[in-house]
Amino acid sequence: MSELKKTALYSEHVRLGGKIVPFAGYEMPVQFTSIRQEHEAVRNHVGVFDVSHMGEILFTGKDALKNVDHLVSNHIAKIKPFRVVYSGLLYPNGTFVDDVLVYRIKDDEFLFCVNASNVDKDFAWMKQNLSGDLTCENVSDRYTQIAIQGPDAGKVLQPLTRTDLSTIAYYRFQMGQVAGIDALISRTGYTGEYGFELYFSPEHAIKIFQAVMESGAPFGITPAGLGCRDTLRLEAGMALYGNDIDDQHTALEANLGWVVKLEKDDFIGKKALEEQQQAGLKRHLVGFEMIDRGIPRHGYSILSNSVPIGEVTSGTMSITLNKAIGMGYVASGFESPGTIIQIQIRDNRVAARVVPLPFYSRTR
Amino acid sequence: MSYPANFKYTKDHEWLKITGSSGVIGITDHAQHQLGDVVFVELPEVGRKFDKGDVYGVVESVKAVVDCYMPVSGTIVKVNSALESQADLINSDPHGDGWMIEVDLADLSETQDLMDSAAYEKYLADNAD
Repeated sequence: MSELKKTALYSEHVRLGGKIVPFAGYEMPVQFTSIRQEHEAVRNHVGVFDVSHMGEILFTGKDALKNVDHLVSNHIAKIKPFRVVYSGLLYPNGTFVDDVLVYRIKDDEFLFCVNASNVDKDFAWMKQNLSGDLTCENVSDRYTQIAIQGPDAGKVLQPLTRTDLSTIAYYRFQMGQVAGIDALISRTGYTGEYGFELYFSPEHAIKIFQAVMESGAPFGITPAGLGCRDTLRLEAGMALYGNDIDDQHTALEANLGWVVKLEKDDFIGKKALEEQQQAGLKRHLVGFEMIDRGIPRHGYSILSNSVPIGEVTSGTMSITLNKAIGMGYVASGFESPGTIIQIQIRDNRVAARVVPLPFYSRTR
Repeated sequence: MSYPANFKYTKDHEWLKITGSSGVIGITDHAQHQLGDVVFVELPEVGRKFDKGDVYGVVESVKAVVDCYMPVSGTIVKVNSALESQADLINSDPHGDGWMIEVDLADLSETQDLMDSAAYEKYLADNAD
């Protein structure tokens, strides 16, 4: 087994008391103080995540746009530089290779941010499906990425940059400097809170991270680990590859029709999704909350009147909402909010109710 | 954290406090620390009988679902219902208010196999990662 990799901030994680675990081939902190404390800090003040384990893939050249637009399900041709688009990277059958962010840096330059566990797979898939005049490079090692998330994120970051953060709308980015170092500053995140994600060269990682921590001290900034990253995103109704989305369910079934633009010229997966839309979906990803005591977990069965109708893909005790919540696939007919379902939790069938997503949202 | 000298301990990080022929059972400070924030506890019904080593309940943290094993055989006489609304008592007071069940011991001789506090502390030190 090959050795686990470390991000450029590993020594900071250790210094700050992070509990280090293996994740996607990296040694990453799952928590620093506690998942609960870090989760609440992000919702109420600000937290900072090392997300350097995520991958980056760069497309440049005359045919970069054409290829990117063909590879992903969302509109790319229509977006101007300095916009970010969330999209599916799909197989011909409409299921997911990965879910990705696409940054349009220039007319002919696009940066993908992809899931840590899928970097090699995504890159290989992309290389197999290119045509024309462009380069496609795996540039993951060129970036350290941190996420500053929470209502005070702007107050923490603004003193460190001349870029006016109030001009960066949601899902937009700018190229600027943070603590004097060149950085891509994007108004994105995986928490459902206001915040920013920064991409910069690893050689300056510790300098920037420490500057953020120092600037954030008056706001109670806390380093935040993978544990609360998962509880935050689930409350925000955001999918996690490997749990809620995968190569077994299509983008339409996964409730991600909004990133599928069937009116686009051909993209990989378009035909299968058109056919599925015509025929009607047989299953749907839904959110649900528990009515009776119990916590839903990935893999637990979902039933209706004791008949299996699906399975849980993600579940937890929501720290902000103080109730157990989950997402899962249910057979068509059971997806309407208000539908009563049962979750098989060990020996018991525990009542739950389908609810609209997200479970939690904050005005941006 | 010191481990009470009058408790017995298992390799599964359960503790047992014996009073006559009954005992109170919970999980140790080491266990709660490994788990992180406890958010849910499933306890058995009063009157159920278990053998030593049986799963008597489940403790869930944010991330994990963990079985709890009987350190001895016995019948449940009481469960800590406070845990239903305050599961985090297991984190804040694992050896006191975070107790889980009280049992009538079926066979007092089973307690001889359990570790005392010194042996448990050594067990933790020897297995520290």
